[in-house]
Amino acid sequence: MSAYRLDGMGRVNRGAPVNFTFDGKSYQGFAGDSLASALLANGVSLFGRSFKYHRPRGLLGAGAEEPNALVSVDRGGGRYTPNLRAPAVELYEGLNARSQNRWPSLQTDFGSINDRLGRFFPAGFYNKTFMWPRSFWEKLYEPSIRRMAGLGDAPTEADPDTYSACYAYCDVLIVGAGPAGIDAALEACAARKHVILIDENDELGGGALADPALAAWLETSLRDLANAPNVTLLRRTTALGYYHDNFIGAVERLTDHLAQPGHGAREQLWRIRAGEVVLAQGAIERPLVFEGNDVPGVMLASAARTYLFRFGVAVGRNVAVMAVHDSGWKDALAMAKAGVRIAAIIDLRETVAAALVDEAKALGIRTELGSAVIGVAGRQAVKGIEVSRADGSMRQKLACDAVLMAGGWTPSVHLWSHSLGKLAWSDDWGAYLPDVPNENCRCVGACGGKWSFGSGLNIGALPSPRDPATFKAFVDFQNDVTAKDIALAVREGMKSVEHIKRYTTNGMATDQGKTSNLNALQLASSALDRPVQAIGLTTFRPPYTPQTFGALAGHAKDALFQPVRKTGIDPWAEEHGAVFELVAQWRRARYFPKAGEDMHAAVNRECLAVREGVGIFDASTLGKIEVVGPDAAEFLNRMYTNPWKQLEPGRCRYGLLLREDGFITDDGVSARMAPDRFHLTTTTGGAARVLNMMEDYLQTEWPDLNVWLTSTTEQYAVIALQGPKARDVIAPLVAGIDLSPEAFPHMAVREGTICGVPTRLFRVSFTGELGFEINVPAAYGRHVWEAVWAAGQAHGITPYGTETMHVLRAEKGFIIVGQDTDGTVTPFDAGLDWAVGKKKPDFVGKRSMARPDIVASGRKQLVGLLTDDPSVVLEEGAQIVLDPNQPVPMKMVGHVTSSYWSATLGRSIAMALVAGGFDRMGETIYVPMPGKTLTAKVVKPMFYDAEGSRLNG
Amino acid sequence: MILIHCPYCDETLPELEFAYAGEAHIARPLDPSGLSDEDWERYLFIRANPRGRHNERWRHVHGCGRFFNAVRDTVTDKFELTYKAGEPRK
Ligand SMILES: [Zn+2]
Repeated sequence: MSAYRLDGMGRVNRGAPVNFTFDGKSYQGFAGDSLASALLANGVSLFGRSFKYHRPRGLLGAGAEEPNALVSVDRGGGRYTPNLRAPAVELYEGLNARSQNRWPSLQTDFGSINDRLGRFFPAGFYNKTFMWPRSFWEKLYEPSIRRMAGLGDAPTEADPDTYSACYAYCDVLIVGAGPAGIDAALEACAARKHVILIDENDELGGGALADPALAAWLETSLRDLANAPNVTLLRRTTALGYYHDNFIGAVERLTDHLAQPGHGAREQLWRIRAGEVVLAQGAIERPLVFEGNDVPGVMLASAARTYLFRFGVAVGRNVAVMAVHDSGWKDALAMAKAGVRIAAIIDLRETVAAALVDEAKALGIRTELGSAVIGVAGRQAVKGIEVSRADGSMRQKLACDAVLMAGGWTPSVHLWSHSLGKLAWSDDWGAYLPDVPNENCRCVGACGGKWSFGSGLNIGALPSPRDPATFKAFVDFQNDVTAKDIALAVREGMKSVEHIKRYTTNGMATDQGKTSNLNALQLASSALDRPVQAIGLTTFRPPYTPQTFGALAGHAKDALFQPVRKTGIDPWAEEHGAVFELVAQWRRARYFPKAGEDMHAAVNRECLAVREGVGIFDASTLGKIEVVGPDAAEFLNRMYTNPWKQLEPGRCRYGLLLREDGFITDDGVSARMAPDRFHLTTTTGGAARVLNMMEDYLQTEWPDLNVWLTSTTEQYAVIALQGPKARDVIAPLVAGIDLSPEAFPHMAVREGTICGVPTRLFRVSFTGELGFEINVPAAYGRHVWEAVWAAGQAHGITPYGTETMHVLRAEKGFIIVGQDTDGTVTPFDAGLDWAVGKKKPDFVGKRSMARPDIVASGRKQLVGLLTDDPSVVLEEGAQIVLDPNQPVPMKMVGHVTSSYWSATLGRSIAMALVAGGFDRMGETIYVPMPGKTLTAKVVKPMFYDAEGSRLNG
Repeated sequence: MILIHCPYCDETLPELEFAYAGEAHIARPLDPSGLSDEDWERYLFIRANPRGRHNERWRHVHGCGRFFNAVRDTVTDKFELTYKAGEPRK
């Protein structure tokens, strides 16, 4: 191909040369060029290698539809983007672009051997060629496919850019700033509506940019719109999807076109809610299907027109045109009048409008009616074509250096279809057109089928005298799908277009079939001998064109992906060397290692400190709900399994919460502060779920109850002080509360002050030791913590974390909902039937206690396990079997739910859900692990101080 | 993103503020213990799952916090109307 820049043509700025590189070679273009137009102007025809066959490929189009010319742009410093379409890459000084899918170079590519091995890569080759033997997948098929096929390389560095997002509202949103979109904008602007007009290109104007006759109109119109206060113009902005209720997502590219990207956001995601949406996305020209239609230099006629009139680049010095549509003639005539030599216009139609033929003749252009291109000479660039009559007669060769295809037009109905607007087949267009809208939306211009540019044929492939099975005529350029692949898919039984698409991969990858879908439909229609409308249409899905993950993620990455919740005491834990873990969204101290300690050593030390002295623990993350109102006790009585009405103010109760299906969903200790006021606690992860559930019952089942629920999780800091010396530590700090065991027994709550701060002081224990949970207003949390810490120094106070909390509670057999239960565990299964008020007439989940599957025998029940070898700590999640010698797959009867080393006991302990577990006390169960089988005895899940005497210290 | 009208706030707001809460008008039986296993199963698990018009519950969870009812078409995802909890089926 020998494209060249024409003097005095196009909109590029000849006074502003721009230097760039492609595959390491230096070139020069002008400001206003795309990478594609600049390379074309430098005579480059080879832009890439195809996906499967590694065939040399040039430009097919001049816009978003481009399937071939995919490049990677590396800006350095991790700013690397693969699979950009060269026509959509704006030129800037220093642009560094690389071709893809070739090795070692674009001109010499070893992968092109695939082209000659084409018979091994038929349609559905993924599905069938590599099915057997299975073991070859990992070692041979997958690695070789990955190396040979595929598009650009994924980035290897973290993206250094930032991305922003915004919401916008308008009366009228117009997508596409071609003539139809601009007209719609002018009209809405005049009606004083708030208008947003967006376009994916760097310049507004669409098709008008390639039509010198519209230049003056375009300039005036854009100036009027730019000056109107009620109009927002967004360039470089792609409407990627159309969602419910006229909600449009669009990405604006802010820095990709700049030589220096700067420090601002690279892209901005617009979330636009519009009163009315006007789609003016235009139409995309269809290629023609014939042998050699993918040789670099064969391109869409409309693309050649754009390169000429927008960028001043003639795609060749001797250009042949293959048309089945009047628009190809119009493009050819316009180009000829601009000084481009047209070698011939070939048209499959026997008769073409006389005005077009006469004008061609007047310009001295050779015309071949009733004829078709049947072959292209040249491999990396067009050297000539072979033409014959439609019946194969009169074959002749013609010299040319470019071939333009005019196969008709496909309206861009992508966004219309996202909005679930209906489509209707149009024989005139040979395409689907917008029909009945589903939103307040209309299509204008070509995308609505409202554009008159003559008539044409709608065909699948051009006729050829050669056997279609002997050559490749491409339908989907990006996926290397040929006409014979479609035929093969139909022969092998694919009848719906969805099947054909998946079998052949037609219409997949970055272009999503923008140039191939209709041709594939026509070919399938011919092969199946059914009308196109009967074949179906693949579903259009967002995004319209590929978008960066960055734009969609916006700020929601790294630390901002999900905010970490921290307690007021968290900074103290950090200062004291805590190792943290995430529990739900909370960051919690897991353990506090001293120098040289690993987790095991730290946890052993912390456990013994609590058992023998006193430990301090940040329990602020516990969910808390204040339940207030005259019916509060009645409400809790209906929600929880146990009775609440008789609970005296100042007393606490362990509450067990079921779902209506009878399974445990949450638990926690709660206190009655006053006759009409309860201080509820929930699990750390369950707070929001429990509040939602309680609100649901209160609002919709029992609206007659006078109760108010308030989340107080973040209002209180909670300091758990546990161990035989706990009372001694807080005694000097507490005022207004008699701490003596007689006045303040286990499971009681008192209000007073600690260090002068008002407190709800709970005497509760999740460790089995004497313990207090000090609730103070959150803002005082660290102050009180440090005071307790200071007072505890004389008693050897030790901070402990969640890991130690877990071990201590397991020694006592206390469950953790979500660890020892999994949403299928009833109170009876968990050994918590003591917490169920059997005399209560009703509570949430009660009726389900009598469900047939819940009263059935053999349910998994929570038991303790003691390994025969006390030094072995079972793995949590390990499966349990009764007979270790049975054949694989073994019958599994349960699994280990909790398992720890107990420093207190000097041995391992575990809890497990085991089928019929309560009846297996003393039995041996087996835990098969890689290379060995472990044995353990089933015991009651109570490993320490079964009498509970330590609680009463 | 769907717009949903909260009948309590009397505002039409993006669905991000709302949470779906299952089929509507499935009242908890007044005396669950008096129900047969079959009737209790029907209450717990059996749902209409229609193609088309669906009476369902939503909660304005990031707004007023109220549960309310809606009629939504499960094919088109369009809300026909919303109404307060306790009002008869529409
Ligand atoms: Zn509301």
